[in-house]
Amino acid sequence: MENLLRISAEVERGEAESVASLTREALAAGISPKAILDDGLIRGMTIVGEKFRVHEIFLPDVLMAARAMYQGLDLVRPLLESSDAAGRGRVVIGTVQGDLHDIGKNLVGIMLRGAGFDVIDLGNDVPPQRFVETARQKGAAVIGLSALLTTTMVAMREVVDLLRREGLAGRIRVIVGGAPVSAEFAREIGADAYGYDAANAVDRVKELIG
Amino acid sequence: MRSEVAIGRARVEPQVDGILRLLEMPEANPRTRGLIERAVEMVEKLARPRGIFQLVGTERFRTIYRGQGHNEPVTPLDSILDRSERMALFAVTLGEGVEREISSLFAAYDPALACLLDAAASEAAEQAADAVEEAFASTLAEPDRSLALRYSPGYCGWHVTGQRALFEELRPETIGIRLRESCLMEPLKSISGVIIAGPPEIHEVEAIYPFCARCATKGCGERARRTPRA
Repeated sequence: MENLLRISAEVERGEAESVASLTREALAAGISPKAILDDGLIRGMTIVGEKFRVHEIFLPDVLMAARAMYQGLDLVRPLLESSDAAGRGRVVIGTVQGDLHDIGKNLVGIMLRGAGFDVIDLGNDVPPQRFVETARQKGAAVIGLSALLTTTMVAMREVVDLLRREGLAGRIRVIVGGAPVSAEFAREIGADAYGYDAANAVDRVKELIG
Repeated sequence: MRSEVAIGRARVEPQVDGILRLLEMPEANPRTRGLIERAVEMVEKLARPRGIFQLVGTERFRTIYRGQGHNEPVTPLDSILDRSERMALFAVTLGEGVEREISSLFAAYDPALACLLDAAASEAAEQAADAVEEAFASTLAEPDRSLALRYSPGYCGWHVTGQRALFEELRPETIGIRLRESCLMEPLKSISGVIIAGPPEIHEVEAIYPFCARCATKGCGERARRTPRA
């Protein structure tokens, strides 16, 4: 257990090399990859998320922690059963068509991965069809849409409408977020959830997937 | 009149404070500050800023501004245009080098430096646009009585599809900027729009428009008051 707490602490500090080294030690000591993932890497990233939520730390700190987490994840992922690797479910995320702002979306992706979700990040300027097609083909349970501009947030409605037309509404849920987006807007366009920040988005996705 | 503006690399020097503001960070610990300084050095090394402006008449601009008819019903530019004295379409870019580096850093699982480089590049692109704005302002007959400020598609109710008409008129491809089908520019660290000169008070926009409530940009009206005259 002490190894796992040290991994968690080093993730928090964003010490990538140290996380890699401790992860190797833990594996060599016979600790299961699943325990390293849940009680070391994800635990550390969850604490980071909490600190970020209360403005105790800032975006670069979260991203340094994410880099450290990835170092450990790269070592344990090949050893995990496939059912463990995507244990919490799959989420497709992206910034909507016409919008290039992706810092918030990247952060949500990192926090979702840190919480154990399998994330497919489509990048920015993503057409509605690509969200829906990817989610359908990859068996994603949730699509996460981000926008920074009032002039592009309308593209979120197109994704929701397309899911309805394709008969996928309800099976593939939609969460929206971004500076101009609100809970009211999410309701108005028929989205299933609204995340007001990255940590909150993770909580909402957990609720959507159950 | 169409001018390509020489933007020296020394003109594009992102400031740490500006990057912190962009990331909504009140401060940076020594480690983060070190990363930011590294990102700034990378921008200074990789950026190849280029900019152009082209004078345009008010009526011609109204047609360009209408674009494909997707603007908000009432926008600040509607009233600003009525009181403007001179205007120019403009575009600036940092070139492709910075963007390639940002992508490489994300691919190499270094999201912190990638993100800070992205923010530093955004700051640098604004500085390059400032340089074009200043070059345009230097053409004004009475620069000390006018204020020249820029507005871009995607903001202030000007729909992003307005880029198409703007590109047809300005042809920023000559400085290496292309327009995607979605109306985003490539390289992404590019800015386009219109620079409008007139009495400073025409730019004192109040946040009274329906879309202002949802917009992340705050203090637009303040921009006119805090911007020094040409």
